[in-house]
Amino acid sequence: MPIYLARRVLAAIPVMLVVAVFVFLLLRLTPGDPAAILAGDMATPEQLERIRATLGLNDPILVQFVRWIGALLQGDFGTSLISSTPVIDLVADRMWPTIWIALITITLSVIVAVPMGVVAAWKQGSWVDHLVMTFSVLGFSIPVFVIGYLLIKVFAIDLRWLPVQGYKAPSQDLAGFASRAVLPALTLASIYIALIARMTRASLLDVLNEDYVRTARAKGLTETRVLFRHALRNAAVPVMTVIGTGFALLISGVVVTESVYNIPGLGRLTVDSIFARDYPVIQALILLTSGIYVLVNLLIDLSYSLLDPRIRY
Amino acid sequence: MTSIWRNLRSGLIGAGALTLAAAMPASAEKTITAVMHSGLRVMDPVITTAHITRDNAFMIFDTLVALDADFNVQPQMASFEVSEDGLSYTFTLRDGLKWHDGGEVTPADCIASIKRWMVRDGGGQMINDRLESLEATGDKSFVLKLKEPFPYTLEAMAKPSGLALFMMPERIASTPADTAITEMIGSGPFKFVADEFQPGVKVVYVKNEEYVPASGPRSWFSGAKEVLVDRVEWVTMPDAQTSLNALINDEIDFMEAMPVDLLPLIDGMENVESKVLSPLGGVTIGRMNFLHPPFDNKKIRQAALMALSQQDVLTAMMGNPDYFKVCGAIFGCDTPFEFTDGSDTLTSGGDPEGAKKLLEEAGYDGTPVVLMQPTDVGSLTAQPIVAAQALRAAGFEVDMQPMDWQTLVTRRASQAKPSEGGWNMFFTNWIVPEVSNPLANIMLNGRGDKAWFGWPSDPDMEALLAEFAAAPDMDSQKAVAEKLQAHAMDNVSYIHLGQYFNPSAWSTKLSGIEPAPFPVFWGIDKAE
Repeated sequence: MPIYLARRVLAAIPVMLVVAVFVFLLLRLTPGDPAAILAGDMATPEQLERIRATLGLNDPILVQFVRWIGALLQGDFGTSLISSTPVIDLVADRMWPTIWIALITITLSVIVAVPMGVVAAWKQGSWVDHLVMTFSVLGFSIPVFVIGYLLIKVFAIDLRWLPVQGYKAPSQDLAGFASRAVLPALTLASIYIALIARMTRASLLDVLNEDYVRTARAKGLTETRVLFRHALRNAAVPVMTVIGTGFALLISGVVVTESVYNIPGLGRLTVDSIFARDYPVIQALILLTSGIYVLVNLLIDLSYSLLDPRIRY
Repeated sequence: MTSIWRNLRSGLIGAGALTLAAAMPASAEKTITAVMHSGLRVMDPVITTAHITRDNAFMIFDTLVALDADFNVQPQMASFEVSEDGLSYTFTLRDGLKWHDGGEVTPADCIASIKRWMVRDGGGQMINDRLESLEATGDKSFVLKLKEPFPYTLEAMAKPSGLALFMMPERIASTPADTAITEMIGSGPFKFVADEFQPGVKVVYVKNEEYVPASGPRSWFSGAKEVLVDRVEWVTMPDAQTSLNALINDEIDFMEAMPVDLLPLIDGMENVESKVLSPLGGVTIGRMNFLHPPFDNKKIRQAALMALSQQDVLTAMMGNPDYFKVCGAIFGCDTPFEFTDGSDTLTSGGDPEGAKKLLEEAGYDGTPVVLMQPTDVGSLTAQPIVAAQALRAAGFEVDMQPMDWQTLVTRRASQAKPSEGGWNMFFTNWIVPEVSNPLANIMLNGRGDKAWFGWPSDPDMEALLAEFAAAPDMDSQKAVAEKLQAHAMDNVSYIHLGQYFNPSAWSTKLSGIEPAPFPVFWGIDKAE
C-alpha cells in the first residue's frame, strides 16, 4: 500500500505539470487583454500599451512561462493582474465557503440518498421504488437555479425563516453560517441525492440476487443486516466513485448556485477571473482543481480496498 | 466532580457570552449595506476609468474642487482664485484636512496628485501641455501657472467621471501613473477597511470621525459631505434577482442598478422605494472604424446613421419608455451644450429608404460590416441586434459576431482589416457627464492613430476642439459646441443612440438620498 501511494503521488507530478503548461498556453492563445480591463473604456491605445509593458504582458510567452513556473516552484502563485492581491490570498479567501457548502451538500446527500436507494432496490417495482425514481428524475431535470429561487421564495421571502443570500464564516458566526448554508446545500443536494440514490439502487439490484445474499437470508439474518452489512458494502464501490467525483465537482465550482445565493466561492472567482483574463488567478484555480481531482481519485481508489477486501494494491 | 462541572459550565457560559458579544455589532452602530453595479477589483482611480473604482475613490478620497448640480465648479478641499489674464490658478487648502493615517494634507501632496493625474487623464494632459509651473506658495497654498489661457482647467479638475482628480498623500501619489496603487489612504469622508476588503466580493468603509466637511449645501459632489452612519458595506451580487430578494428581505439597504423588468415585483411594497437617481442618465452609442471599408467612406457612414432609429434601439435596450429619452444632442439633453443639429433621422425613427439611396450614391460594394456583439453585458446586447436589422434593411451586408466583452475590448484595439481580426462597428455606453463636455468626450478626438478606437483623422474636428478650448466664456463655448455637434453628425464621429435612465432601489429605512450622476453615501441616514 505505501509503495502504491508513493507511486500515485509521484504520478501526479507530471499530470500537474502537463496541466500547468496546457493552461498557460491556452490562456495566452485565448483572445483577451487584462490591460484593457484594468484601464477601462476611455484608455487610449498608447495607455494600454504602457500598462501591458508594466504587467510584463509584452514579454515573449516563454519568458512569461519560465517566470511563472519558477515562482510556482517556490510556492509563489503570483499576484492578480487586476486587483494586485496575492493569488494565494484570493484563493484561500474563496476556498472556505466552497469547501463548507460542498461538505454539507455531500453529507446531506449521502445521509438521504443511500437509504433511499437501498429501500428502492429492496422494494423494486413498488410505489416506494417509483417514488424514489420520480424524485431522481426530477432532481436531475430541474435546473438548480429554479430549485434555488423556489426555496428562496418559500423559506426566505414568504416564511422568513432563513436569509436570502450571503455567507458567514462558522468561526465568526456559527448560527449565521448555518442559516445561510441550509438553502444552497439543499439546492445542490437535490441533484446529488438523485444521482447517488439512483446509483445505489442500481448497484444494489446487481448484488441482491447474488448467492451470498441468499445465504445470508438463509442464515436467518435480519433484512436490515442483509441489506446494509452484506449487500450495500459490496455495492458501495460505484457509489463511492459517484460521491467522490461529486465532491470534486462541488469544489471546482458551482457557479449558478453561488450566484443565486451570493456565496463568494471558487466558482464565482473562476468565472470573474476568466472574464477579466486575470491569468495568474485562472492558472492557480485550474491547478488547484486538478490537484483536488488527483487527490479525490486517489482517495476513492484507496476506499475500494476498505470496502472490498478482494481489492489489494 | 460537581465543582468541575460547575466551573466548566460557567466557563462555557462566559465563553458563549464573549463569543456573542464579539459576533454582535454594537447596538448603536448604523450600517448601510449596498449592492453596487459591479464588484470592486481595481482600486487605483488614476489607472482605470471603471465606474466602480471612481465610486470607491469618492468614498475615500476628496477632490480639490467639485462640480455641482448646475455644472458649476465649487471649492471642495481648496478655494481657488483665477488671475485676470486666466494664466494663474491659486488654490488654498481649507483648515482641518487630514489623511486617514493622521498626517496633514499639504500642498506637496496635492501637487504630486495633480502630476500623476495629468499623465493619464485627457483633460489633465491638456493642462500639462500648457503648464508653466505648479508650485507651493505657502503651508496651505499652491499655484498652477499656464503658458496660455485654458478656461477648461477648473472644469477638468472638477469633473466627476472619466478620471476624476483625487487628492492622495505624496508618498502614494509618487507611484508611477501606469502602476496601480493599492493603499487606500485618503482624506475623504469614509475610511477604507483594508482587513475586510475582498476583491470582487466586499468593500467596507467606516466613518472618518476626523473629517471636517466643506461648507455650503450638498449638491452632487460639492458642499458638505456629512456622514450620518457608522459603516457602509458594499457587497457584490452577480444576480439582480438575488439582490432584489435581499432588499425585500431587509438584508441589504440599497441596490444601485435595478433592472427595469424587475420593477413590477416591488410595486406596492412599503419597505422598498425605487427611483432614477441620475437625472442625466447615460447615453448609448455606436462607433465605427474609420480605417477600413466600408466606413472609411463618409457617405456610407452617413447612410448607416440614417438607417438607425433611437426609438427602436432604446425600446429593445430598456423596454419601458419611462426609462429612456430620444435625444439628438451628442452632449446629452438637459446639459449646457444641448444642440440637436443633424439628428433628425435618428430621432424620428430612421430613414431606410434615404439610407439605401445614399449607399447607392456612395457606390457601396457589399463589403460586409463586421459588427461586434458582446453577449455577457446585459446593457449592450440589444443594440447590435437592432442595428444589424436596420443596416440590413438599408442594404448593408452585416456580419454580426457574438463574443464576450473582454474579447471585444481586445479586438477593438486591433487596427487590422475586419477580415483579419479587425472590426467595423461596436456599441458602448457612457454616463452623460463623460460626454457632456466636448473636451471630455473622448469620441470626438480626431487625431488618427492617437484617437480613441476607430481612429478618425479629422483636422476640422481638432480645429473646433481647439477653438472650444480657447473660448473664454459660456456663450462663446456654446457657439462652438453647436458647430461641434453639427460636424460630429455630418462626419459621423459616432452614432448617438439616445439617453437612458437606470433606476435604483432602496429600503425606506434610508433617508437623505439625493439625485447625482452616481450614488454617494454622505448625507444618508438609516432609521433603526
